[in-house]
Amino acid sequence: MHSPRDESPRRLRVQRTGPLLVEGPVEVTLDDGTVAVSDRFCVAVCTCRRSRTYPWCDTSHRRRTAD
Amino acid sequence: MHTGLYEPTLPTDRGELSAATLAYLRRASGSLPPAGDAERSDPYGDDLQLALYLCYELHYRGFAGVDDEMEWDAALLAFRRALEDRFLAALRDDAPLPADVDSALAELLVEPVQGDGISYHLRDDGTLGQVREYAAQRSLYHLKEADPHAWVLPRLHGRAKAGMAAVEYDEFGAGRGERVHARLFADLMRDLSLDTGYGRYLDAACPQMLAVSNLMSLLGLHRRLRGALVGHFAAVEITSSPNCRRLAQAMERLGAGPAAEHFYREHVEADAVHEQVVRHEVVAGLLEAEPQLAADVAFGIAATGLVEDRFTEHLLGSWRSERSSLRHAL
Repeated sequence: MHSPRDESPRRLRVQRTGPLLVEGPVEVTLDDGTVAVSDRFCVAVCTCRRSRTYPWCDTSHRRRTAD
Repeated sequence: MHTGLYEPTLPTDRGELSAATLAYLRRASGSLPPAGDAERSDPYGDDLQLALYLCYELHYRGFAGVDDEMEWDAALLAFRRALEDRFLAALRDDAPLPADVDSALAELLVEPVQGDGISYHLRDDGTLGQVREYAAQRSLYHLKEADPHAWVLPRLHGRAKAGMAAVEYDEFGAGRGERVHARLFADLMRDLSLDTGYGRYLDAACPQMLAVSNLMSLLGLHRRLRGALVGHFAAVEITSSPNCRRLAQAMERLGAGPAAEHFYREHVEADAVHEQVVRHEVVAGLLEAEPQLAADVAFGIAATGLVEDRFTEHLLGSWRSERSSLRHAL
């Protein structure tokens, strides 16, 4: 599928806390050589390493409170 | 012969307002109650919420045996306005307005180590019967998932519109009919041996669930409430991902079935993306273009919390006293 972004730089958003946001589709090669693919319009790549759906964000980076 | 979509049947009434609405829809009566009746009714009660729900459903799928012209019937719209005014005034009185949008969002972005909502209960102690009740209740929204929010698109511009449309595209299956979230929910219902017919559980649904759905329709249908719709959508998307993880765990523990698990697992990942897009593009984009809407965005967040809290209290309260949360057994 052609889209305007084919002609322009791919947009990423980095955050101090939270995932790296990348325009999809995305293919990620992990440490152990396995490859994960996501075809979403925007992909949230986990940077805190706590995600249980790694390499995709599952909001595990969120601050947690005891109450 | 009618071969299109399944058309829901009209429910039974829950009091004078809903009885009058039903009679009017069937053309058994030519008049509707005066606005004063709505003003005196319980804004969160069965009767008002069902009457309002009936009015709103004319904009989605209508009802079998009800003339499609009723959607724009002037007398019915005037009556709906009285119901909406009562509901909206109650929400404005009862939902504690956050100081500003950022602090309201920040509060939602904190996860309790052990919370006490429905998803915690279903994950840890819920029964299959309770999971089926929960799905039947929520089907009032999930079988039209993301539909009320689509109405805001023409009222947004630039970044906010692009972000909202992108999230809605995902909700509507990203170009694939079998991935439409409403369809994934119907698949979940099938795993739970529930009837997937649209509106099938309207009679059984509690008024708190009707209010959850009515809030979305209210905010979606009124351009003047576009800020509140955006705040509402942000609140739903931000709280969804961790909730859906626990619900997926509940489905797994109870052996609900692959489609039931898939619906919630898909939402863990999808909504982790959606909440980012909604905050960075939709909320920020809207407030950049129309900063005067900040209080409305905050109200949408607060009102969503209020109706969801009421729904949670009703379900957990019913289950604690070993009663069904539904009005009729499944």
